Amino acid sequence: MVFQRDGKTTQVLRDVNLQVAPGEFVCILGPSGCGKSTLLSTMAGFLSPSSGEVKIDGELVTGPSPRRIFVFQERGLFPWLTVEGNIAFGLFKLSRLERDRRIAYYVKLVGLEGFEKAYPSELSGGMKQRLEVARALAVNPDMLFLDEPFGALDSITRLTMRRELLRIWEAERNTIIFVTHDIDEAVQLADRVAVMSDRPATIQQIVTIDIPHPRDLSSPRYLELRNGIFDQLGLAHKV
Amino acid sequence: MQLSLNSFLPLSLRVRLRPIAFIAALLIAWQIAVSRSPVHILPGPSEVVGGIVDLIRHGLLLKYIVASLFRVTWGFLLAACLAIPIGLHVGWHRRAEMALNPLIQIFRPISPLAWIPIAILWLGVGDLSSIFLIFLGCFFPLLLTAINAVQNVPAVHANVARNFGLSPAAVVYRVLYPAVVPQLIVGLRITLGVAWLVVVAAEMIAVNSGLGFLIVDARNAGNRYDLVVAGMVIIGLIGLLLDLGMRSLERVKSLRWSYSED
Amino acid sequence: MNSLAEPRKWEKYFWPVLASALFLALWHYSVIWSATKVFPSPLAVEKGMAQLAGKGLLWSYIADSLRRVALGFGAAVLVGVPVGLTLGWYPTANQIVNPVLQILRPISPIAWIPVAIILFGIGDTTAVFLIFLAAFFPIVVASVDGVSNVPSMFRRAARNFGLSPLQLLVKVVFPAALPQIIIGLRIALGIAWLVVVAAEMIAVDSGLGYLVIDARNSGKRYDLVVAAMLLIGVIGLVLDLCFRRLRNFKSVRWGFRNES
Repeated sequence: MVFQRDGKTTQVLRDVNLQVAPGEFVCILGPSGCGKSTLLSTMAGFLSPSSGEVKIDGELVTGPSPRRIFVFQERGLFPWLTVEGNIAFGLFKLSRLERDRRIAYYVKLVGLEGFEKAYPSELSGGMKQRLEVARALAVNPDMLFLDEPFGALDSITRLTMRRELLRIWEAERNTIIFVTHDIDEAVQLADRVAVMSDRPATIQQIVTIDIPHPRDLSSPRYLELRNGIFDQLGLAHKV
Repeated sequence: MQLSLNSFLPLSLRVRLRPIAFIAALLIAWQIAVSRSPVHILPGPSEVVGGIVDLIRHGLLLKYIVASLFRVTWGFLLAACLAIPIGLHVGWHRRAEMALNPLIQIFRPISPLAWIPIAILWLGVGDLSSIFLIFLGCFFPLLLTAINAVQNVPAVHANVARNFGLSPAAVVYRVLYPAVVPQLIVGLRITLGVAWLVVVAAEMIAVNSGLGFLIVDARNAGNRYDLVVAGMVIIGLIGLLLDLGMRSLERVKSLRWSYSED
Repeated sequence: MNSLAEPRKWEKYFWPVLASALFLALWHYSVIWSATKVFPSPLAVEKGMAQLAGKGLLWSYIADSLRRVALGFGAAVLVGVPVGLTLGWYPTANQIVNPVLQILRPISPIAWIPVAIILFGIGDTTAVFLIFLAAFFPIVVASVDGVSNVPSMFRRAARNFGLSPLQLLVKVVFPAALPQIIIGLRIALGIAWLVVVAAEMIAVDSGLGYLVIDARNSGKRYDLVVAAMLLIGVIGLVLDLCFRRLRNFKSVRWGFRNES
């Protein structure tokens, strides 16, 4: 898969070239406002690039598709549907039996058993995020795009959610492209991290994280990679 | 005005009594003002109550209330059935909204009562023209409510729907319609209040039954101002009940979702 | 949320003009096809308006209606905003007074006419009183809402800086509540305009509302009736637009981020 893109009237992105292999977990890392969300939306087909093109499996991307599901933050959930209703949203082409089977499977996978009939307003932030992921996975997409999905959660819940996400990814092995501004998050989750510069953003560096999961957060290799990115971004090591 | 009952009553009861005490104080002040005034035309509270009892005894109260409610219901429902679907589609299609907006903005400030000559010309004096007036009074607010409701639905919902491969028609039916329900209900409640105001005014002019008619008739046929004010009080109470009824609808759990923009 | 195609700039003028032209054409031809002797066509309306303008009546009627609105609305603002601010600031007071307001509010101002006539007689004062009544409630409600929506953070921060309660009210609460109050004022102005027309149809003998009734009663001049209606609509729209301009003042613009 090849991505290549230039920016818009205010040039948001400049000369972005990225290739992603199937089943890979790629993080796009950068400070807020640098354009990484724009990049993600373009990859998913919600925006068209002003120059360059996005190709998936050799085909040009012209719009959103169920093969590439974008996980919005919790506000993407439909408040008038229950947990089951939300998960079933994309499954309208399936038979009743198959639909129920999938709902049950994904409810279990994301750990929301017992809440099938609950409405999003009754769920906590972490649960809503899991529901979004379940809804996205239920249609068996090739790719998942996640735009700072854990941004609204407290840092303790975030750690749990990262573990959950990795567990789900290892079970489903979709290709995941994950946008974040949190360096630790990127190093903890991704196979490769694309570090972005400020606007007009371009990819400064692509770091390959070669530590196998589960990753020890105090191992020297982890710290080495993490510090490398700190340096790349020109950040001090001490506060 | 703290009464000496303070020390005897628990706080929650005291709190509930306060508005009642206030109303009682107002009523007493009213009664005093009336009995002190030299020209005795305006009735005091006791006379108003007497008037209400009078109406009940003659069987008129219920009859008038039903007549007014009947007209409101018809005018309101007709307006809702037309304005909401039209408004939803106009709100959805940007060009339709651009086209119709000036026309709507010019017709909206025209009081339904200003339509009375036309209404009487087309429909004669009677129930039909008052229902037409109520319809007019409800149509534009509901139309605008529906248009605004559509425009206020966050874009993310449409994006999610497209992402999952829904056809444009399916986006409208499966996402837009459920999303606008809470706002529509609020709009319906406010417009019902408007309908209640219009029906009273319409009855004062164009028909011969109903609470509005009661007010005009009581005055014209004998200066029965006790009945006039009785009519006003009843209008206020029923209007309040209608509003409370709609509010309880808003609280029904399965209909209660809203969007906080921040 | 809208359907997706992004319209061009010229379309902003094209569609409304098209729709209005279609409407006028529809109106014109309906009159011709139905061969009505009474209902006016657009041209007849226009001629009627010119006639009125020529006689100078038009402007004096418009001025009368506007004057009554100005007086009634102005009084409602002067009384309603402080009342609303007070009720919003002291929840206890609100709790006591609110039920009375809730009962009085659904009573159409028109229903007050007989009582108003007793108190003030037939004429301008009655009309102004009715407009005052109509505008009063929305203004109070909006002011109460505006105050209760001021985050308690603001109050705390102000006290932290040592402001007295009066300073707090004037410098912090009032500006913070202002956007919402202005929304309420705009709505109240719209209501005032509706009511002045209705009041003039019944209780006075000049103004646009009076014109509507009089044109019909004395000679079935439906062209004037419709002309008056259209004028009512246009002036009401102009009043509303003027009010929307208020939003653009920087000191309140922050509160209208989300309004369309």
